[in-house]
Amino acid sequence: MRYVLMFVGDSSQGEPEGAVMEQVGQWWEAHSRSGEIVGGERLHPASRSTTVRHEGATPTVLDGPFAETKEEIGGFAVIEVPDLDAALGLAKTWPGSPAVEIRPVWEM
Amino acid sequence: MRAAVGEGAAADLGPIFREEAGRITAALTRRFGDFDLAEEAVQDACVEALRSWPGAGRPRRPGAWLQRVAERRALDRLRRRRLELARHPLGFPRGGDDRLRLIFACCHPSLSREAQLALTLRVVAGFTTAQIARAFLVSETAVAQRITRAKRKIVAAGIPFRVPEPPELDQRLGEVLAVVYLMFNEGYLSSGWERAHDRSLAQEAAWLARLVARLMPQQPEVLGLLALCLFQLARERARFSAGGELLTLAEQDRSLWDRRAIEEGEGLLDRAAELGRPGPYQLQAAVASCHALAPSWEETDWGLMVRFYDRLAELDPSPVVRLNRAVALAHVAGPEAALRETEALTTQLDGYHLLHATRAELLRRLGREEEARVAFGRALQLTLNPAERSHLRARSGTRP
Repeated sequence: MRYVLMFVGDSSQGEPEGAVMEQVGQWWEAHSRSGEIVGGERLHPASRSTTVRHEGATPTVLDGPFAETKEEIGGFAVIEVPDLDAALGLAKTWPGSPAVEIRPVWEM
Repeated sequence: MRAAVGEGAAADLGPIFREEAGRITAALTRRFGDFDLAEEAVQDACVEALRSWPGAGRPRRPGAWLQRVAERRALDRLRRRRLELARHPLGFPRGGDDRLRLIFACCHPSLSREAQLALTLRVVAGFTTAQIARAFLVSETAVAQRITRAKRKIVAAGIPFRVPEPPELDQRLGEVLAVVYLMFNEGYLSSGWERAHDRSLAQEAAWLARLVARLMPQQPEVLGLLALCLFQLARERARFSAGGELLTLAEQDRSLWDRRAIEEGEGLLDRAAELGRPGPYQLQAAVASCHALAPSWEETDWGLMVRFYDRLAELDPSPVVRLNRAVALAHVAGPEAALRETEALTTQLDGYHLLHATRAELLRRLGREEEARVAFGRALQLTLNPAERSHLRARSGTRP
């Protein structure tokens, strides 16, 4: 099954330390090589995002994320593993941000 | 809260459903590769049985009847949904007892506790949605929604049907035991004498504990939980007065206690102890066993009980454990010492009626009547359970 791991953190805490970044890099590489990670990106903080809302007759363009929260998604990985337990196992070893949300991918 | 769930003829079908539902759901899940489909089909079959058995009479082999109807319903549903058998979203491996896999899937930590409870009752124990709704005093719609959502999550999120392996096993088994224990308490604390013949949640929970104990006999905490259930259920006939009032352990007629259940519980605790891995359920059962073996309230081995509580508090430093320890301590070190222990808990347990009831009893023993009355009043405000309320009222009205 495919899942997206969303790495949730607090961007007001600033950049992660170099040691953490290094661990993240190793984690990413190891799990890419094993074939579990099939895609993903690190994202800029939500303060640099722009949202287009389709609510009125014409779309409106707004500065900032779709929801203002302290925690935001700092990156994501698309993974391919047998089941939720495997996804949980992977998420539990994530060395980066304080929370990881796991969403199954809607297979068409 | 009410825990009795069956009515009339439906009540005798409970034991049949619980023996068969999990087994058939597991068998159909394996055959069709679709948990959702299997679960719906078994539910259909149970509803069909509730409708037709009281009139037409119970079939000679109820399990085979249920399985046949469930299979037919599954095929109907498959046809309706135009699903191809080849499209299996779930792997359902063979071997061992399938029900154990079902239990672990239903009690997966990615499901909320409410969802785990409802799903386990329905899928493993064969409760109907209506029975679950009555057991937890919530609407049928709410239960149906909870179950639908949980089943969708199991399928869509890929929750596996497998018994986890160490080191994961301990934590996952903990989830299963927590669900069974919660079910038991919900049933035990709320069951009333007047519904003694209905399908009770406490009995179902004990049955589940027994099932898990049979399937995982090397897990001491499972044996501990089953023993705990047995010690509590052994007192079932003595818990209420003829007038339906809840009786304390001190007031109960111990000759009504079920000796066979107590003996079985003792045997389980011995077996658990031999495995050499003590845990919270074993220790709680050990405490219950102090009561079960005492010929009278006065002759209870309180010193030993305090030691069990000390050990329990090391593993589970929750304020409720400390409160219970204080109750036992009162018999060893006197009410003053026990009251002092409860002081430390007043903030954390302010919303818990038993803290105030305990303090009230201790204050009364110390002759502090006015404070005792206030504490009883607070305890009364905090519980809705009618049996407990009338019990508290009776206590607060009488002098020691």
